[in-house]
Amino acid sequence: MPAAESYPDDLRYHPEHDWARVDGDEATLGITWFAQDSLGELVHYEAPEAGSTVTKDSSYGEVESVKAVSDIVAPLSGEVLEANAKVVGAPETVNDDPYGEGWLIRIRMSDSSELDALMDADAYRTHVAES
Amino acid sequence: MTEPGRAWGDAPLIFERSRSGRRGGRVPDYGLPKPELPPGLSRARAPRLPELAEPELVRHITALADRTFGVDTGFYPLGSCTMKHNPRVNERVGLLPGFRDLHPHQEDEGAQGALELMWTLQGILAEVAGLPAVTLQPAAGSQGELTGLMLMRAYFADRGEERDTIVTADTAHGTNPASVAMAGYKLERVETDARGNLDLEDLRGKVDERTAGLMLTNPSTLGLFDEGIEEVARIFHDAGALLYYDGANLNAVVGISRPGDMGFDIVHYNLHKTFSQPHGGGGPGGGPVAVRETIEPFLPAPVVVREGDAFRLDHDRPKSIGRVRGFAGPFGVFVRSYAYMRAYGPALREMSEVAVLNANYVLAKLRDAYDLPYDRHCMHEFVLSARSLKRDHGITALDVAKRLMDYGIHPPTVYFPLVVPEALMIEPTETEPKERLDDFVDAMQAIAREAAESPELLKEAPHGRPVRRLDEVRAAKQPVLRYAFDDDPAFVG
Amino acid sequence: MSYLSLTDDDRAEMLSAIGVSSLEELFEQIPPGVRFDRELDVPPALSELELVTAISNLAAKNAHAGVELSFLGAGIYDHYVPSVVDVLLSRGEFLTAYTPYQPEMSQGVLQAIFEYQSVICELTGMDVSNASGYDGTTVAADACFVAKHTSDRSKVVLAETLNPQVRQVVKTFALGFGLDVVEVPHRGGTTDPDELGAAAADAAAVIFQQPNFFGCLEPAADLAAAAASAGAHPIAHVDLMTLGVLEAPGEYGCAMAIGEGQSAGCPPLFGGPHYGFFAARQEFVRRMPGRIVGETLDGDGRRAYVLTLQTREQHIRREKATSNITTNQTLLALAGLVTLSWLGPQGLREVGETCMALAEYAREELPLEPAFEAPSVKEIAFRTPIPAREVVRRMRERGVHPGYALGRDYEGMDDVLLVAVTEKRTPDDIDRLARELEEVLA
Repeated sequence: MPAAESYPDDLRYHPEHDWARVDGDEATLGITWFAQDSLGELVHYEAPEAGSTVTKDSSYGEVESVKAVSDIVAPLSGEVLEANAKVVGAPETVNDDPYGEGWLIRIRMSDSSELDALMDADAYRTHVAES
Repeated sequence: MTEPGRAWGDAPLIFERSRSGRRGGRVPDYGLPKPELPPGLSRARAPRLPELAEPELVRHITALADRTFGVDTGFYPLGSCTMKHNPRVNERVGLLPGFRDLHPHQEDEGAQGALELMWTLQGILAEVAGLPAVTLQPAAGSQGELTGLMLMRAYFADRGEERDTIVTADTAHGTNPASVAMAGYKLERVETDARGNLDLEDLRGKVDERTAGLMLTNPSTLGLFDEGIEEVARIFHDAGALLYYDGANLNAVVGISRPGDMGFDIVHYNLHKTFSQPHGGGGPGGGPVAVRETIEPFLPAPVVVREGDAFRLDHDRPKSIGRVRGFAGPFGVFVRSYAYMRAYGPALREMSEVAVLNANYVLAKLRDAYDLPYDRHCMHEFVLSARSLKRDHGITALDVAKRLMDYGIHPPTVYFPLVVPEALMIEPTETEPKERLDDFVDAMQAIAREAAESPELLKEAPHGRPVRRLDEVRAAKQPVLRYAFDDDPAFVG
Repeated sequence: MSYLSLTDDDRAEMLSAIGVSSLEELFEQIPPGVRFDRELDVPPALSELELVTAISNLAAKNAHAGVELSFLGAGIYDHYVPSVVDVLLSRGEFLTAYTPYQPEMSQGVLQAIFEYQSVICELTGMDVSNASGYDGTTVAADACFVAKHTSDRSKVVLAETLNPQVRQVVKTFALGFGLDVVEVPHRGGTTDPDELGAAAADAAAVIFQQPNFFGCLEPAADLAAAAASAGAHPIAHVDLMTLGVLEAPGEYGCAMAIGEGQSAGCPPLFGGPHYGFFAARQEFVRRMPGRIVGETLDGDGRRAYVLTLQTREQHIRREKATSNITTNQTLLALAGLVTLSWLGPQGLREVGETCMALAEYAREELPLEPAFEAPSVKEIAFRTPIPAREVVRRMRERGVHPGYALGRDYEGMDDVLLVAVTEKRTPDDIDRLARELEEVLA
């Protein structure tokens, strides 16, 4: 069952429709409700390997629906600790629960100052309204 | 036309018609001793090919044909694909024994008729493009694109110039950027302006000494002739770059405007679009390429040349980019397109004129029922948008397309070009009579009314085809790409 | 002659509906400087009758297999094309449809492609097949592109016994792909596994042909193993019509199996259109080039077919696509499906056995020495006492084309003639070839 539109207040957002949830020097990353809604039901998640490096504003993987493919842009830089195996096996998890079970990777942040450049939920809602 | 027209039933797979031990064709037995293969090379397990006698095989082919819609079945306005009538005389001459049974390694002296046909075809194509030299070799349009880009590489390498970027339009077919990447070039994308032309301001900032060239479809995939094409050509040529013409929409301008005269240096044709090679359910095609004198030395080898009254394949071309497919090209396609051109002669111009007339007529009749993103006369095709239907009634371009099937019409191209939301790209072609255009107009207008009055009818369309809308998510998530043979008694043991 | 349907009244009515007074107004969007202002200088229009006569006259100038007893092969083989293929080719629905973007309109052609994919997988021992590539040369370039993107290597190795045209096409496109091409010479007509394995170090892929261009059977399993142990994808270029008797590439460890489909279902037709087939193991499915049809269900739960995994393709992934191919060779691939289904497993094995028997008969009867010792299926290279091209010239004067002069492609092989047989050549035909050869060489 696809989730209803929401942009939780405890997350930070990247203009390419990605979110980050920060916990100490680690962060969990995913795509926003808006991103999954634009793509439609996901059928494939091309995940990065644990141990690889992601760079802010660069792509670290891909998600696909039947008729579209989208780079996933990293809102923050760091080392990949884990990719979400549940989403690899059942990509529609992202549609059902984009901010919970549908997370994409966990990273150890390499530069926490990058957080300052991300939007809060209010700013992102405005960004989405203008998209 | 809202009710299913007929009961289609199921079509078994050819494997499901198979019975172990049943025979189709037999192979002559000349009574010679049966040789043995060395161990390790011979097949351990027989392939599970279908086992059918001819009657069921013919019924199978017929059943599948019945579930397929072609131009022969009805109106097929698939934009940018030029689904025109395919004359049957072309099929007849394409399979004359003198062609069909001619081996491509035959010595030139034994293939004079074939070579003469190819040589004449090259000449007609050169005249149509306004460029002097032609290779017939590329297998289809996208291979023509890749060939053209490799020609650019060779041309600049020969001049000692390092250029690494190709400019394409945001309205370009996906083949353009894909070809650019396969040829090892970087991609630069230029935007379309409010009239549907290339945005010259944007373009000027993206062309410099690193630019190898432009790839452009003209008229564009919006069906609009680029009014600034002369300036576009000047910008590239002033920067020392080349212009490549994607011939997907050549059907709009044959005998009316020539790519070479527009300033293009390299042109590909789609013989299966403009020159009526049947599309065959997806192919074959033909993608000859024409070039200016300066690029001629780099053409793929071999090319057909004439020496006195004789014709031969010239393989000795030291600057050639090499070969892009086997032999000299898809010869059977050449025969059909040659026949098509010879049937028209200089009246090929009329072919394009009527293609443009037909498109503008349909556009005039539909402009009030759908959104028209670029309000100009079109060339051979045009793009409408279902944006208002979506906003007002939740009806998408896809719903319109599926509902057209219930009216016995193949849908147009949808969701392309990408610059138009809810795009419906419509190309009637010149071979349609006015009555069929009117049928289409009536159907499209009726669907626009249905969108307001009974949107569910559209959401659930089609109602009269062998299958309803498919679960494409399932197809992509759990791909079943071949017959599994599991538990099929015909294949046990 | 014209294929147009508008009457003068239609035109007048349509112009009026558009709101213009003449056709010329529609073309005002074309800048005057680039309008074409004269008549096209092309040959005059012909009626259908004149057209048939003119083109028949051209066809009659060719020395085709109906007027010359031909033993030409070298990549294109004159196998029998069954009459049921005509049923397919004459159905306008297949002939005049295009790529099945709208599955509800195209179930027949989609199902046929699915069946074709199944047959190709079964014959090659692979998991996935696409809906066809252009021909046996371009699928090799496709395979190199796949190999490059599924490894971090930028070299491909080609056996010299791989069809020269295939090697030429790979070299043409390797430049754009950023791949270096290395060739491994033959040793006595076949490829040495150790030599191939050494060359395969740091290579993304190795392509060899079975049977190879000289007609010789390669030690295919050893070649595949040598490539694999060097970390390169082994790719076999094979002939469908031999796969009733020869082992499937999937059974000897190949990553991909490719080839020219012409021998199954297509006449020689002076080089095309034919079809290339491309099959691979499951792990390559997301890097496959071209169309792929999958099975699914419709809204009512009925089995149905659809183009799938389309995010690989150019119309969605654009510059990141696995290939730029769009139009392919569907109709010819379906001719292959019909031919292979008509033959069935028994018939396909008989084709291979009959060819092998005829090839052995030629090996014994022809007044020439085989150039190589390796076994063959349907093609044998013979040494000629005079240049092979001269043999061809003299024999053609007698209405027999004796085969392909290998000196056209290989240095130092001017005295080698490649003689091909299919089930269409009879022992009597081979007797005649032997007799005429004796006379021209006397």
